[in-house]
Amino acid sequence: MDTTPPDKFPIVIRPASGWIPLNVGEIWRYRELLYFLVWRDVKVRYKQTALGALWAVLQPFLAMLVFTFFFGSLANVGSDGFPYPLFSYVALLPWILFAQAIGQSAESLVKSSNLVQKVYFPRAIVPAASVVSGVVDFALAFLALGALMAYYGVRPGLAVLWLPVLVLFCLSAALGAGMWLSALNVEYRDVRYALPFCLQLWMFATPVIYPGSGVIAWLERHDLPAWLYGLNPMVGVVEGFRWALLGGSVPVGPLIASGSVVSGLLLLTGAYYFRRMERTFADAV
Amino acid sequence: MSDPAIWARGLSKRYRIGVPHGAYRTLRENLSGALSRPFRYLRGGGGGAPEEDAIIWALRDVSFDVGEGEIVGVIGRNGAGKSTLLKILSRITEPTEGEARIWGRVGSLLEVGTGFHPELTGRENVYLNGAILGMRNLEINRKFDEIVAFAEIDRFIDTPVKHYSTGMLMRMAFSVAAHLEPQILMVDEVLAVGDAAFQKKCLGRMGDVVREGRTVLFVSHNMTALQNLCSRAILLEKGRVVEDGPAREVVSRYLQEVRTPAVEYAWPDPDTAPGNDKVRLRGARIRVEGGTPEDSLTVRTPFRLEFEFLNLVPGSCLNLSLHLFNEEGVAVFNTFPVDEGRWQGKPFTVGLFRSAVHVPGDLLNSGTHRVLLLVVKDQGVVIYRHDDILVFDVADDPDRRGAWYGNWTGAVRPDLKWETERLEEKGG
Repeated sequence: MDTTPPDKFPIVIRPASGWIPLNVGEIWRYRELLYFLVWRDVKVRYKQTALGALWAVLQPFLAMLVFTFFFGSLANVGSDGFPYPLFSYVALLPWILFAQAIGQSAESLVKSSNLVQKVYFPRAIVPAASVVSGVVDFALAFLALGALMAYYGVRPGLAVLWLPVLVLFCLSAALGAGMWLSALNVEYRDVRYALPFCLQLWMFATPVIYPGSGVIAWLERHDLPAWLYGLNPMVGVVEGFRWALLGGSVPVGPLIASGSVVSGLLLLTGAYYFRRMERTFADAV
Repeated sequence: MSDPAIWARGLSKRYRIGVPHGAYRTLRENLSGALSRPFRYLRGGGGGAPEEDAIIWALRDVSFDVGEGEIVGVIGRNGAGKSTLLKILSRITEPTEGEARIWGRVGSLLEVGTGFHPELTGRENVYLNGAILGMRNLEINRKFDEIVAFAEIDRFIDTPVKHYSTGMLMRMAFSVAAHLEPQILMVDEVLAVGDAAFQKKCLGRMGDVVREGRTVLFVSHNMTALQNLCSRAILLEKGRVVEDGPAREVVSRYLQEVRTPAVEYAWPDPDTAPGNDKVRLRGARIRVEGGTPEDSLTVRTPFRLEFEFLNLVPGSCLNLSLHLFNEEGVAVFNTFPVDEGRWQGKPFTVGLFRSAVHVPGDLLNSGTHRVLLLVVKDQGVVIYRHDDILVFDVADDPDRRGAWYGNWTGAVRPDLKWETERLEEKGG
């Protein structure tokens, strides 16, 4: 049989080897699928619940109440001079967005196993959709923040314009981690059990219930630069939120700078690892 | 030859068994595997290749060309590699070796209804499913009415699909997929769904696709449909192409092969037994009622079909469903337990089960019969299917022929009572 393929521009199917980059063009061509998967996630998330989308607000709100009682009043954790409820709620918004995006995307491939085994599409769309669909909850919880700020008479300055950037930053860190974890989860279901615990630890490493200024002061006392703390990308995001919305005084520049290096690396390696594992998803999931 | 649509050379796909398909490893197992592996090399005297017995080639060195507008049927027994071939060509899984090139947009109907969400309405699912299959939003808008009309679900289009019957779901799924307009269409057994009327409609739709000059790769066990639709067929056996030629010839060779009766099977090793991570078959056999396995089956003999299977998921409600086909590929009957008292509708424990069905004498016509077995969960979800699990001959019984020596037509040959009486006597 003739072994030279005829010319023209075909789809080539062959065993891939080594590390290949994610095919961004292909993902772009499937952007409508991304949209539909996000839309499906949003649409079905609160089906069959009595309170519906109210949960998006209740979760950070109830957490804020608990934190205010235990950390704000009992333990008297500082809050950089802001009312503790506001201080923790502002931080809980990006944190919950991040934690849920990671949690959902880590499970996403396994949950869509019937899709993965039966239809072709760039698989990265699946974890990406889980990350993006959390934004709707975030937006709802954000409305409640407006009310809370009005109640405490806090008026944000021009810095608030940076918020979209911070949200994007948070999402890309979550997407990087999500690609790693969703691909790992296909092979090793350990992820399912380890993740909730790790996220809990991660929250304590992030200034959600306590002010980041304390950690930075501690670093300075030991002649260590503040950007070390920022290696956890969520530190920059959370302190950035306080800075943009409440006018916090923690210098967020170095935190965000080092955080973006980490989340950039996470995103890049996540994309490569994902692409490498992608070819066996259908067999392994 | 016309312009090429599919060009495949040396396609091979290797699966590792022992790690049963669908099972996943935990990190610990992998780490301990990595720790013990160096020792294995020492003992085995090196050599990096995985052990041969732990490997199956689902596809081995498959090469063929398909020209634009050609309709090619792919046939073969269960496990011959048909589905693997379509999975590779539709890019769901990568080949282990070899290369394929494809010119044009590929649409695949490997399993219909992929990605339906029970909580969403029919309308929403049409859009979602369309997007999953690669349709653009505009395209779905344009064809929406057509899709709904074809599926005959107009009245329920705004009802969540969890309230749909299985038949409605299948119709909707096929309808969405059938309105995708790929240059190359790959179809795997969709015609096994729905009632006879809908199957006919599906076949009609396939015929339209053919007339529109698109390339089709069609996997089916329905030999009649295959011969009607396809001009060419490829016969796979144990992952290799054993025949490639005019559909009529290839089909008849295949039928010759499956005609060899296969009345008893046993798969003692659960790792290699047919099945998946939910259920595995253990054995299948035909027993002449009250007789020995050697007794031959005639049109008069009652017999039973027995199937043993391992349920691997605790608490799933299982039942078997059996389809019997005759030589012409006509479905003679479908049967499943309707009022079986002991296990029907009850959660199965993990373990070995046997289901048997009794087929009375004086029912089947003579000739070769093939059994398709489905394992069904919750009385509606097919979790495993096995084509031609049993193939058996029903011999004629000379005592039953009366004075007629010609062909006995019909899918069944019941012994029906006749009565003739004189109503009026004329003349004398």
